[in-house]
Formats: sequence, structure tokens, C-alpha cells
Amino acid sequence: MKILVVGGGMGGTIVANNLARRLQRELRAGQAHIHMLSASERHMYQPGLLYVAIGRMLPDELYRDQRSLLDPAITFEVDPVEEFRFDRNQVRSKSGRTHEYDAIIISTGSRIAPEAIPGLAEHSEIFYTEEGALKLFKRLSGFSGGRIVVAVGVPHKCPMAPLEITFMLHDYLKTRGILDKTQLHYTYPIGRVHSLENVAKWATPEFDRLGITYETLFNMKEAKAGVLLSEEGSEAAFDLLIAIPPHRGMEVIERNKLGQGGWIPTNRHTLQMEGAHRNVYVLGDTTNLPISKAGSTAHFEAEVVAENIVAEWKIGGPVRQYDGKVFCFIEASDNRATYAMFNYNQPPQPRAPTQSVHWFKTAYNRLYWASARGLL
Amino acid sequence: MADTSPSTVIDARGSYCPGPLMELIAQIKLARIGDILEVWATDEGSAKDIPQWARKVGHEYLGTETVDREWHVRVRKSK
Ligand SMILES: Cc1cc2nc3c(=O)[nH]c(=O)nc-3n(C[C@H](O)[C@H](O)[C@H](O)COP(=O)(O)OP(=O)(O)OC[C@H]3O[C@@H](n4cnc5c(N)ncnc54)[C@H](O)[C@@H]3O)c2cc1C
Repeated sequence: MKILVVGGGMGGTIVANNLARRLQRELRAGQAHIHMLSASERHMYQPGLLYVAIGRMLPDELYRDQRSLLDPAITFEVDPVEEFRFDRNQVRSKSGRTHEYDAIIISTGSRIAPEAIPGLAEHSEIFYTEEGALKLFKRLSGFSGGRIVVAVGVPHKCPMAPLEITFMLHDYLKTRGILDKTQLHYTYPIGRVHSLENVAKWATPEFDRLGITYETLFNMKEAKAGVLLSEEGSEAAFDLLIAIPPHRGMEVIERNKLGQGGWIPTNRHTLQMEGAHRNVYVLGDTTNLPISKAGSTAHFEAEVVAENIVAEWKIGGPVRQYDGKVFCFIEASDNRATYAMFNYNQPPQPRAPTQSVHWFKTAYNRLYWASARGLL
Repeated sequence: MADTSPSTVIDARGSYCPGPLMELIAQIKLARIGDILEVWATDEGSAKDIPQWARKVGHEYLGTETVDREWHVRVRKSK
């Protein structure tokens, strides 16, 4: 049994380690092989970018060597996939080699696409990459007051990051003593401040209490020097624009025509790619599922996929269905945080933020590595 | 009568986050002008929010069908 994992991020790492744990005996006996192809030898803890942007973490704290996160029985290579040949159970990688498999798992993630909005790349700060988070931190360090706009595009990964950066900015400005010289303004694409109704119900009075203004039904159309225009016809003036740009799946997915926008049509319960190839599984950001693009989603999906691949092999059929489970921490202001947990059938019921949840999230920023290794 | 069969169906049933309207906003960007998108939602709020957004932005709202506590909302991309 040859299992090929494409992508060494959150989803790929968790699924590969979970499979290695379940198949220990078969791996030792040479009856099973797990092979991971990725595009980077390093693994980034992306949620840490939020903290880099406000100077609470340094970029090198976000990385581990990918090899060090994987069970030693997994073969790991940095050799990105360029072509998928599902009818032959093969992929071709950048080195020109062909790799065969019995089951393949695709977890190539998503990328920011600021180019979709004219002027956005030039006029905004985007903390979704290491370079962008550092650049924002440097801009903030030299900021002495004015109007900051946080604008949100669709689709984007990490549904909580827009709220979190806004609350964290509030604390940052307060600590620097320039809160009274700054107006924080937040824009959101739909008719409330967050897609989760219960989160919006909690966040709106928090914004009001903290003096953060907001405009809903605001979809970015174009950014110009000092002003952001919306599809809905309104304008937001800024001195500093912080954008969460729209995202797309990876180019390799689009080039291979696996799904429009780089999102692969995926069965919401089995996580198999829609269509004829039952041995193709998809997880994490690159699915087209109508759920949050978050690390926790990739994690819960990875557990289902690993269990089902092993069950398919050993008993000829799957044993579990993915129920749409997502768990997200939400950093609030004043060193407090809360969380939202939901699935296809249950909306979240977030509680009032507390300091203990904030400290738990801070601890999780380190514990993540144990979770990726499959120890948590 | 104009053809109103959808070129894209967005199955956003059980979607709390990002939710049906955000799914539509994401998909409509990938569609061509004139395409009809049908959103499936299991929350009644979307049956109000989607037409309201479509009208505000300038897309054509074509109607909503209710099937067993599911709302199928159709919009034509107009710009
Ligand atoms: C600022 C920020 C804050 C966030 N906060 C949170 C949070 O608090 N909680 C949370 O749950 N999530 C959070 N996320 C989201 C989370 O990081 C992603 O949803 C998650 O990493 C998705 O996992 P993935 O496996 O789909 O993709 P990724 O983790 O992005 O991994 C993709 C992998 O695919 C590889 N790859 C790319 N192309 C190829 C190719 N052609 N061939 C082979 N490999 C390839 C890449 O090298 C990478 O290893 C945050 C993200 C950001 C940016």
C-alpha cells in the first residue's frame, strides 16, 4: 500500500503522522509506504503571523524543520507536484520524476490573491505572509496616529484573524499611548461584523465599547492612495490600510483543472474528491467545502481521512464521516480570548472572553508542534 | 421565457462560517457575466441576506425556492 501525501502543512503533516501511527507494523514490514512531497523544507505555524505583526513573536519562532515533525518511517522530499494523473494513479513532480500511489491525499493549502483587487497590493499591509507581517510591524512601530482601516476580502483563511488583529491592534495602540490619536475602523463583506451570528453578537458591542467603528456589507473593489472603494458604492478613507485579501487555492490545482479558483470539489462527509477516483482525498484549505479554512478544520479532516484510508485497506470500506467540525480561538482585547466550536449541524455558542483562554491560546502557540507531531 | 437554470450550484447547507452569502460572494467573482448561481442554505436568514446584497451590489435576484427547510436562492451575475 503506497500512500502519497501532497503538501507538508497542517493537514498533510497531521494526516501523515496519524497514518504512520496506525500503520506502524505494516511500515516496519515494508507492506505500507507513506511518502510526502512538499514545496518547502520548513513548516510555518501560520497563526503566529498575527503576533509577529504586533511584535509579540519573532518570525524564526514560527518555523520548524518539516522533517523533524514527521514520524521517521515517513519518506519526505521537497519536490512539489506539478501534474496529477488520477487515471494512472501517478503524479509528476518538479524534478521530473513520476510517483505512483494507491491512495493520494492533497493538502496544498491556499494563497493570498491581492491582485484580484486593483491597487490593494500597493496600498495595503497584508500580514498573511512572514514578509507582510514584519512590514506591518515596522509600519506600526513608526505610526503616530491617524485612521487605520482593517478590510476583509472573500474567501479568506482563518475566519477569526480579522477580528483578532483589530482587537490586538487596539491593545497595541493603547500600550503605545496613541489610542486617543487613532481611529480604528473595520469593514466586513456581509451584513454583520462576523459570519458567525453569535460571534457577531458578541463582537459588535465589544467594538462599540472600545470605540472601534465598522461598516458592514463592504466588499473591496479598488484601493487608491488613502481611500478604499467598495462594490457597494461606499468609501473608507485611511492612513494605514490593513487588508485580509481574497484567497485562491494553489496554482498547481488551477493548472491541472482540479477545481475553479484552486478549490477542489470534495465530498463533505467522505473528503474524497468528487468524481470517479475514490482513492483521491482532499483536506484543509484547498477543499471547496463551505466551512472555515482553518488549521483546526484541516486537523479534524486529517483524522477522518487517515482512519478511512486504513479502514479501506483493512476492511474494504470507510468507518467515519467528517461532520464539519471546526474549532477556533478568538483573541479579544485586554489579554482575553474566547473560542468558537461548531459543525454542519451545530452553530457555535461562544462564551464571554477570559484571560485563561488567552493564556491557553498563548500556550497553544507552542503546543502546536506537539499537535502536528501527533502527540496531542 | 429566459432560461433560469443555474450554471453553478453552491451547496452551503450547514455552513455557519463562512456561510451562504460569503460563499456566493466568493463564487460570483469566478463566474461570467450572465451566469446564474444558485445557493443552497439551511438558514432562513440567507433567504433575506442574499437578495439584499445582490440588489445593493447590482446583481439580479431571480427568486427563492423553499424545499423542506432548505432555501435555494438564485442570482444572475450582472456586472
Ligand atoms: C495570519 C493567520 C492566522 C491564522 N490563525 C489560525 C488560527 O488561529 N487557528 C486555525 O485553526 N487556523 C489559523 N490559520 C489558518 C491555518 O494556518 C490554515 O488554514 C492551515 O495551515 C491550512 O492547512 P493546509 O494543510 O490546508 O495548508 P498549509 O498549512 O498552508 O500547507 C500547505 C502545504 O502545501 C505545500 N505545497 C504547496 N504547493 C505544493 C505542491 N505543488 N506540491 C506539494 N506541496 C505543495 C506547502 O509547501 C505547504 O507545506 C491562520 C492563518 C493565517 C495566515
